[in-house]
Amino acid sequence: MSDDGRSTTGPLPVAALDDPHLAPYAKRPQAVAAAAAISMVIGIIGIIGFGVAFWVGNQTQWQAATLGVGLFGLGFGVAAWGKYLMPQGPFVEERHDFHSTDDERDAMSAAVVERGGLVVKRRKVLGGLFALGSAVFGVVAAFPLLRSLGPKPGRTLFVTNWRAGSRVVTVDGRRVRPSDLEVGGVLTVFPQGHEGNSPDQTILIRLQAGQEPVVLESPGRSDWTVHGIVGYSKMCTHLGCPVGLYQEQTTELVCPCHQSVFNVRAGAVPQFGPAPRPLPQLPLAVDAAGYLVSSGGYDQPVGPGFWERP
Amino acid sequence: MIDKSLRWLDDRLGISKGGRTFLDKIFPDHWSFMLGEIALYSFVVLLATGVFLTLYYVPSAHEIIYHGSYAPLRGQRVSEAYASTVGLSFDVKSGLLMRQTHHWAADIFLGSIAVHMARVFFTGAFRKPRELNWVVGITMLILGIVNGFLGYSLPDDLVSGTGIRIAYSIIESIPLVGSYLAFFVFGGNYPGNGVIIPRFFILHVLIVPAVIVGLLAAHLGLLVKQKHTQFPGKGKTERNVVGSPMFPTFMAKTTGFMFMVTAALFLLGGFAQINPIWQFGQYQPYQISYAVQPDWYMGWLDGALRVMPSWEWVGWGHTWPLEVFLPAVLFPGIVFNLFIVWPFLEAKITRDTAYHNLLDRPRDRPLRTAAGASVLMLLFMLFCASSTDVLANYFHIALNTVLVTFRFLVILVPIATFFVTRTICLEMQKAEGVGKRKRAVVVTRSATGEFATFDADVRPGDGHEELEAIPVPTFIDLTPRHLATGPGVRRVMR
Ligand code: HEM
Ligand code: FES
Repeated sequence: MSDDGRSTTGPLPVAALDDPHLAPYAKRPQAVAAAAAISMVIGIIGIIGFGVAFWVGNQTQWQAATLGVGLFGLGFGVAAWGKYLMPQGPFVEERHDFHSTDDERDAMSAAVVERGGLVVKRRKVLGGLFALGSAVFGVVAAFPLLRSLGPKPGRTLFVTNWRAGSRVVTVDGRRVRPSDLEVGGVLTVFPQGHEGNSPDQTILIRLQAGQEPVVLESPGRSDWTVHGIVGYSKMCTHLGCPVGLYQEQTTELVCPCHQSVFNVRAGAVPQFGPAPRPLPQLPLAVDAAGYLVSSGGYDQPVGPGFWERP
Repeated sequence: MIDKSLRWLDDRLGISKGGRTFLDKIFPDHWSFMLGEIALYSFVVLLATGVFLTLYYVPSAHEIIYHGSYAPLRGQRVSEAYASTVGLSFDVKSGLLMRQTHHWAADIFLGSIAVHMARVFFTGAFRKPRELNWVVGITMLILGIVNGFLGYSLPDDLVSGTGIRIAYSIIESIPLVGSYLAFFVFGGNYPGNGVIIPRFFILHVLIVPAVIVGLLAAHLGLLVKQKHTQFPGKGKTERNVVGSPMFPTFMAKTTGFMFMVTAALFLLGGFAQINPIWQFGQYQPYQISYAVQPDWYMGWLDGALRVMPSWEWVGWGHTWPLEVFLPAVLFPGIVFNLFIVWPFLEAKITRDTAYHNLLDRPRDRPLRTAAGASVLMLLFMLFCASSTDVLANYFHIALNTVLVTFRFLVILVPIATFFVTRTICLEMQKAEGVGKRKRAVVVTRSATGEFATFDADVRPGDGHEELEAIPVPTFIDLTPRHLATGPGVRRVMR
């Protein structure tokens, strides 16, 4: 058996035209050929139609319809030609082993093991030095590459721009008075000068009378609320999505990403869902002019957990 | 003419010997072999439409005022990336068609790879000698998912930005190196200083596709070298392949199929709206829309994040965000590694070192089939869990109930699937001739009330099944045999 599975000495295989293997797959080839031709003509018309649709306007549906019908018609015709009108076969091809003879294998491994071993064993030091050099190059090259990609985190993940006395502003820089928030309303705010900065995003919620955050009045947060307004970091402690969905009835903040639910009245403790920690709370106060300010920064890193967080 | 150029080429490259073998390469005729082709042609469409998109898309987070033709956005501050994507949708001729087709092609690409992979798995096509091609295939699947994510992050709209935010926090959750990695990838604390879009862009349009193209070449090269597997059947053995030759039959069928796949993708792209970013608006890190869901092939990861309990662990002076790291890093890592080692694992367990060119029927390998079905079910349950909020709203059930239900389902359903599948396989093995194609039997009743039965005519294709397979003829004697005397008749000897 030769490489292509046929005899090398005898005549190359010849098939006569009336061999059933060469007969088309279709029972009525003429009808199929006609259908394929019609399909291809429709295809050509469709493709020309696409040219027209493209030329005269910019109507997506017409472009898609013409191009789709065009390509489909053409493709269907060709596929039908291939499937029904070409020699039906079946034809067969022999497989042959991939693997080499045992002698060839031995010769190959001898070349690698013995020839290579001979050289490397005699010059172990050279081999070792080259391996060391490549490894050192790999490590040394990785550092500038990585370091040039971005700064080291340092303390950035621990702090925000909120300080004692930071002016509370909306994203377009307007200062906020307690009366700007309707009862039950929410507002996203930033420290002045850092409007729109992701880690600083804070959500203010004005609770209704009777919804005061009773539970957490005690652990030193009683003066963090002004006029029933509480402020929490808007970065979800799960994966950092903005916790933007406030449900007034239940006083819950819901994160739309994976449905963590935080209890606004109880220090934004997660009620439910994958978020592991409460949203950090921003201590609020009102300055002499009647505007909201923060009376301090966040007392812990905001957002999702990370390794360096103690 | 053709003859002459072939000779010219052969003088220089010696193409005739190998080329001829290649033209005679046999492709088994079975529909399930088209699944990989769907993936291949979707990838071609992705390349073509993608090149079109790069001509107009601007990979920049730089803010400008929108002045395009979409009125609701006019005068707003948006990034160049977002503005150019809206521009592609409204101002570039056939831009919307190309954009949507590109997105649909990505979804179909990954879908067909998944189904193709399932067929390779359940029929045992991954067994020796094809383990390498299995590994290449899994690598392409992973790269395809990654590139899909990178791609739908590029428009910088509210939904995709949320995905990037989540990706950042997932990187951040890796113990020890997470914060550093996230800072390096994003060039700083989230959202970084505008480098993420250009970085994602170059990965999406050049680096990942180039690797996929390389792997695809290897995948198809291995396929030619190792030849196709085939289902057992008349005349089919471990030592041969039965089917249609590369030229012309398979070439015509597959070219036609390529056009048909392309047509289907363009029809989807033109008629089925996908990712209407102009409705979502520009991404802002402090804004969010509701019911944010990623593309379908990311759904299982989203679902895993949702059903995971909040197990952040603080110890040894460090925070271990296990509620993120386990479902979003470790779990997919385990899944893909399990896929990769499966052929080797199975061979080890079954102590099977033989070559396999004939495919298994899934029912004949109950344990493998049950294991595969169980993993598929796990992924499917996680996929469903990524819509807990939608389900809760739609059926008016408390979100809590839905979530807790899913925590049970993702564990119980795969286990149940395993046993049910195994039982079904064992039962099917006992039934004779299940799934075999039967010749219809015609029953007639004569005028005297006698019944008679006879086999129906062969249907097209059935006749072909009954012939003995022959080698592809080298020469075709164009004169019918009964006229084959006298001069002009070709007689070929080597
Ligand atoms: C970029 C994505 C992919 C493309 C374009 C692709 C394309 C193809 C094509 C056209 C074939 C020929 C016949 C067939 O469809 O069975 C094939 C065979 C094969 N593919 Fe893929 N494939 C892809 C991904 C994968 C994946 C994800 C796996 C498995 C994890 C895989 C494993 C295989 C194997 C083992 C074969 C040889 C099996 C046989 O001939 O029966 N491929 N591939
Ligand atoms: S990011 Fe808020 S729940 Fe996941």
